[in-house]
Amino acid sequence: MSAEKKRDFQIVNHSVPRRDGPAKVTGKAVYVSDVKLPAMAYAKVLRSPYAHAKIVSIDSAKAAARPGVYAVLTSNDLTGLNLYYGHAVKDHPLIAVDKVRYAGEPVAAVVAQDERTAFEALEFIDVKYDELKAVLTPKEALDKGAALLHERTFEAGALRGFEGEVAAGRGSNICQESHLKWGDVEAAFARAAAVVEGEYYFPMAYAYAMEPYVAIAEVSDNGVTIYSSAQHPFMVRHDLTTVFKLPVSQIRLIVPFVGGGYGSKSYTKIEPLVAACAWKAQRPVKLQLSVEEAMLTTRSDDALTWMRTAVDAHGKIIARQARIYMNTGAYAENSPLVCEKATNRTVGPYSIPNVQIDTYSVYTNTVPASSYRGFGCAQVTMAGESQIDELATKIGKDPYEFRLANVAKPGEEFFPKMRPFDGTLKQDLEIAAKALDWQQTPPKGHGKSIGCSTSDAGAYPLTSTAIRVHADSSVSILTGSTELGQGSHTVIPQIVAEELGVPFEKVRVVASDTAITPYDRSTGASRTTTLMGRAVLEASREAIEQMVRMAAELLKIKTDAIEVVRGGVRCGEARLTWSEIISRYYGLPDGEVIGRAYIRKAGDFSKPPVFWETACTGVEISVDEETGLIRVEKLATVGDVGLAINPALAEGQDIGAATMGMGVGLFEELVYEGPQLVNGSILDYRVPRFSDMPRQVEMHLVENQDGVGPYGAKGGGEASLNSMPSNIANALYNATGVRIRRVPLTPEKVWRALKERQ
Amino acid sequence: MKLSFLLNGRPTEVDCEAQETLAEVLRARLDLTGTKVSCEVQVCGACTVLVDGLPVSACTLLAYEVRDRSVLTVEGLARPDGSLHPIQQAFIDEFAFQCGFCTPGMIMATKALLDDNPKPTDDEIIHFMDGNICRCTGYVPIVRAIKRAAAQIQQEKGK
Repeated sequence: MSAEKKRDFQIVNHSVPRRDGPAKVTGKAVYVSDVKLPAMAYAKVLRSPYAHAKIVSIDSAKAAARPGVYAVLTSNDLTGLNLYYGHAVKDHPLIAVDKVRYAGEPVAAVVAQDERTAFEALEFIDVKYDELKAVLTPKEALDKGAALLHERTFEAGALRGFEGEVAAGRGSNICQESHLKWGDVEAAFARAAAVVEGEYYFPMAYAYAMEPYVAIAEVSDNGVTIYSSAQHPFMVRHDLTTVFKLPVSQIRLIVPFVGGGYGSKSYTKIEPLVAACAWKAQRPVKLQLSVEEAMLTTRSDDALTWMRTAVDAHGKIIARQARIYMNTGAYAENSPLVCEKATNRTVGPYSIPNVQIDTYSVYTNTVPASSYRGFGCAQVTMAGESQIDELATKIGKDPYEFRLANVAKPGEEFFPKMRPFDGTLKQDLEIAAKALDWQQTPPKGHGKSIGCSTSDAGAYPLTSTAIRVHADSSVSILTGSTELGQGSHTVIPQIVAEELGVPFEKVRVVASDTAITPYDRSTGASRTTTLMGRAVLEASREAIEQMVRMAAELLKIKTDAIEVVRGGVRCGEARLTWSEIISRYYGLPDGEVIGRAYIRKAGDFSKPPVFWETACTGVEISVDEETGLIRVEKLATVGDVGLAINPALAEGQDIGAATMGMGVGLFEELVYEGPQLVNGSILDYRVPRFSDMPRQVEMHLVENQDGVGPYGAKGGGEASLNSMPSNIANALYNATGVRIRRVPLTPEKVWRALKERQ
Repeated sequence: MKLSFLLNGRPTEVDCEAQETLAEVLRARLDLTGTKVSCEVQVCGACTVLVDGLPVSACTLLAYEVRDRSVLTVEGLARPDGSLHPIQQAFIDEFAFQCGFCTPGMIMATKALLDDNPKPTDDEIIHFMDGNICRCTGYVPIVRAIKRAAAQIQQEKGK
């Protein structure tokens, strides 16, 4: 660690054990799948076998008449509800209306006394379809005369998080466009000393949160209450106010522990459907999807990227141009935002004077794509970082040295109108190179690569919190940040304990209940440590200010005569703890002080992004030329995190993200054959296992306190994924001289490429 | 039908139907929700419990199969005084989980490994644990936790 410490931290910047540790190792941690409500019924979903079809009729009478069935739900039964939702584009019906747009789309749901009864009733629902021509790739979808997925225009969702116009429904299958341009690209390419150009593909991937989507809904006179595995309870709440036409105060989202998300649980998923089931059946209803159904709910956008990059005679990158087609599937979900982010992130962490990026998110008759860890950055970094190596090779430079010469410098405005670069990539790259013994030639059959990325992270800065300091100096934090495993419920109380000078054990987290916890836009985009961290820091300080004023009144002195010390205040010889201040102020050993904070797009947060999420990864791989099998032997991660509130947790995020990136680099890919997903189960979709783990792993954190979060912290947790797929492709080139521009690099693909080389 | 078996050391009798899996009986009928269900096809290991000391996937084992046998779940691992088992403590100490959904199965598989092989090498750990998927941690801290737990158990035995 290279951090120069601005102060000695007592609790922050220490690897405090996870707050949720005892609950998670004893099986006591409660996830929505473990929740049972009194009189709860269970729903199962009937899904479309067709990718694109008109629904001619649905007859659910036989299913509804079966013993133990409480209700059958189709779009015919929902008069009074607003069926379309979507935070970006309101194009998504909670259940198919008139037509289906992908194989696997919910068409009907049965609510019954138990899951088996509900499941058995599904086959008694008779749906007649009139099949339509399906379009499965952006290319097909943009062909002249291609079948249209959406025939009408839609309203923009209320929580888009960016300024782009709605393209959806305007007579083509384009869901969203995003264009970025500065300098003069054509002139720069015309005078370039060297140019590389190529087409790159990043596949559809499945995040595989091990807890599949699950939600329980209850509808009463008080409104709608939903327990959900959602990452962003407040955004789901917003969508439900639209569906049920209810005030915000009457929609309550409760999120207990979430069994993994990685982006896939961001935004609204099954909550409108389960709430409609509860509304129709007039009892609490649980809908637990299987992993196979989860794979029919959300995936990552796959991306086909044409890109060219140019250098001048001094080896300075002078231009980059790209055209990207992202396959967004049947509904917009979060893809419009992914489209915009992918566009920005195509620039990479480089200082490039001439840029033009044009990105199109295209509707197809496939599973809706949405957020996936890194929000478009992984897709385009595959192209960008491959091309950096190709360009270095072309001009006879070492790829690592080439990066050092071109990365954005600290404080540099490398991206017009955005926050100046707040990382130290040169330092990060040097650490990665050292970890990999970069100058050492690898043994035969091995190859090395170092890659990096930076993302405009943090999403929209809108976060609020309340800190309740009780009369015994213990503290409750009300936070809307969800615990997905990233450790927010450990990091947040660390900051509060540090500020108030109270023991970590005495700080409790009350989280993610929209009826209780103040508004927090989302738990995603690596924003929680930076934004919620800053909010709880400011709220703690506001509580302290109040207690200083109370102490001044009690001691009959001016507030400026009071000095704040750990756990209380001092004035000359007189010392008062928070407990003494509160108890004496109220005249009872009870009562509390509430500190508040509201973060909005102002002050430190006025300029986007909230921070640049920056990381490097490095790999050494081995290639078996007989079989084409690649193994990652060595892995190094370097997280440029400003300050790690909890270093072990920050490193854990980096290696977890790098492992997901390794999965896409080596074998993860959802495969369509015609309109059907053919590997839509964990039997067929391969994720990294113990035996894929690199045997040598080094994790590094760079802590220059250069972020706007608490104590200079910045977010992490996505960035180490981004450069892994290109690292594997680059290391393969380094080992064999074979360049593959489509990930994953499966043994078959590698073996064929090696054969062709011979 | 009535099913009798030894559950976490205690004789247990429960009503269940012939087609119910052990995971369903544990979670829905006995309210032991520590055992998690993910893939439902015996691929991910999240539902691992021990039957007569051997690891099985509760998601695909008919509950009927455990009649008159001994079942250990994550809820039965802590010591009688409530203190954590060394494996549980090692998972906390090494930050060997994030979301925690795979953790009960991971811990039970570790128990089976260390009962059979108290001082496993890295290769033996990887080979034995390959049937348990974790999507959060990249496995590195889990291997560390298993080694830490093995050392701790050895040390306690030596006392």
